[in-house]
Amino acid sequence: MRIRECGDSMLLVEFESVIDPLVNARAIALASRLREQAAHGVRDVAPGYSTVGVHFDPLQTDLGALVIAIQEAADSVDQPDTAAASVPIEIPVTYGGDGGPDLEAVAVGAGCSPAEVIERHAARIYRVYMLGFVPGFAYMGKVDASIATPRHRVPRERVPAGSVGIAGGQTGVYPVVSPGGWQLIGRTSTAMFDANRARPSLLAPGDLVRFVPVPGHTP
Amino acid sequence: MTLGALEIVKPGLLTTVQDRGRFGNQAVGVPVAGPMDAFSHRLANHLVGNDADAATLEVTLIGPELVIDADTTIAITGASFEVVCDGHPVPMGASFSVQRGQRLKFGRVVQGARAYIGIAGGVLTPPVLGSRATHLVSRMGGIEGRALLAGDRVPVRSQEAPRPLRKAVGLTLPTGGRVRLRVVAGPQDHWFHADALKAVSGVSFRVSPRSNRMGYRLEGPPLVRVRDGELISEPVGMGAIQVPGAGEPILLMADRQTAGGYPKIGHVISADLPLAGQLAPGDFIEFILCTRQDAVTALIARERQLLRYADLKDVS
Repeated sequence: MRIRECGDSMLLVEFESVIDPLVNARAIALASRLREQAAHGVRDVAPGYSTVGVHFDPLQTDLGALVIAIQEAADSVDQPDTAAASVPIEIPVTYGGDGGPDLEAVAVGAGCSPAEVIERHAARIYRVYMLGFVPGFAYMGKVDASIATPRHRVPRERVPAGSVGIAGGQTGVYPVVSPGGWQLIGRTSTAMFDANRARPSLLAPGDLVRFVPVPGHTP
Repeated sequence: MTLGALEIVKPGLLTTVQDRGRFGNQAVGVPVAGPMDAFSHRLANHLVGNDADAATLEVTLIGPELVIDADTTIAITGASFEVVCDGHPVPMGASFSVQRGQRLKFGRVVQGARAYIGIAGGVLTPPVLGSRATHLVSRMGGIEGRALLAGDRVPVRSQEAPRPLRKAVGLTLPTGGRVRLRVVAGPQDHWFHADALKAVSGVSFRVSPRSNRMGYRLEGPPLVRVRDGELISEPVGMGAIQVPGAGEPILLMADRQTAGGYPKIGHVISADLPLAGQLAPGDFIEFILCTRQDAVTALIARERQLLRYADLKDVS
């Protein structure tokens, strides 16, 4: 583990630079621990794939004490409980059609039929590694290597809310209409983010997700 | 205190509700937003007797015209604009009383890019996740998560007793569209040629027209990387100077995303971010390398400047 200064108001805690469930679980556990501790001056704590960002007010924070607190917290989460989030959250998806304009292209790249792409995408249980981009946007992985497809070189200017996409080995759902470069294979009517809910984001770091195909037209 | 409103007659180029920002939810991807020039935002609040957390209106380059449907106290800070209230010029950096029905009209911007309209009691749009700050991309905060439009009624409170009038020396605005911003190195300065940061010192970067509240794209000499590829996406903060593969840096500003995968050569220090917030496309930035200690010392000096006005003497 290494702690780097990012300017005068953020520390970045780095674990091994890999996309790995265990490393990710450590980052998430450390972020939770630091959020619980709510050290004086700390404004926000956010985990990444293998990192934790600790945002603080430089005028309210004893930097040396914060670094020590992070080191101690990191030691105590050395063996995170990865079984904690054991029940996958199910997201119903209407694959293909208007909501999945790239399904055919992904199938061509995979050398299989669109039905097989759907089967492979829905077969796996995915891990939410981190959220970013816009509120509630979860970066999940990994998809079956055969359907992993690079982003569009030129992103779409307008991707509808609920669009389910693939980017490389990752999969995710666009919570709001936004620009985006992911390969769109379907759409869900599930609200990924609603600020008025008790838990605004459907997904949190470390959650498990399963996509459930629903027949019919794009919602 | 009775309810009132700011009735937007003309919205200006980009007028948004902003408060300190929406901290605490970056773990689920909620961007912080908040003022581009936090110093002037806070000063506007001080001048009208608000807490630093109260919401103000951030005005960008072309200001609004509005009718004040409240008896209250207002102060305008940040960029220097020609502003009239019912045809009479109002000063920048000083509070003034307004009566219900008076019309505030922004004219030409003289210096800087963003002004803040502070109003006694603050702007009272509904908080979202604890903040009124507008984030345009995620359509959150302010009024429906968007810039103000003609016909909007921005809720405020009418004040029964007028608040004491105050004035202050505001931010020293960039002159001639040029500003020096101090930078601390890292965290990925090792991705660049050893002299890259030294090489950028004293070199001018131009703020591209493709800049907005999320970030400024900077045109200038490319920052040559010694490593290709991208990082595994990691949390980022305001002021980060990230460098995509093409070498054209992006300075992350108030509406930045919570995470990014480009290496960051350095960060503009907190004390100088308000100056960055006063830049417009076509302006120039010169970076100067400094230490963390310099950054903290500069921030304490800025804070003292604000605290001086927090308990400032009344001028009338």
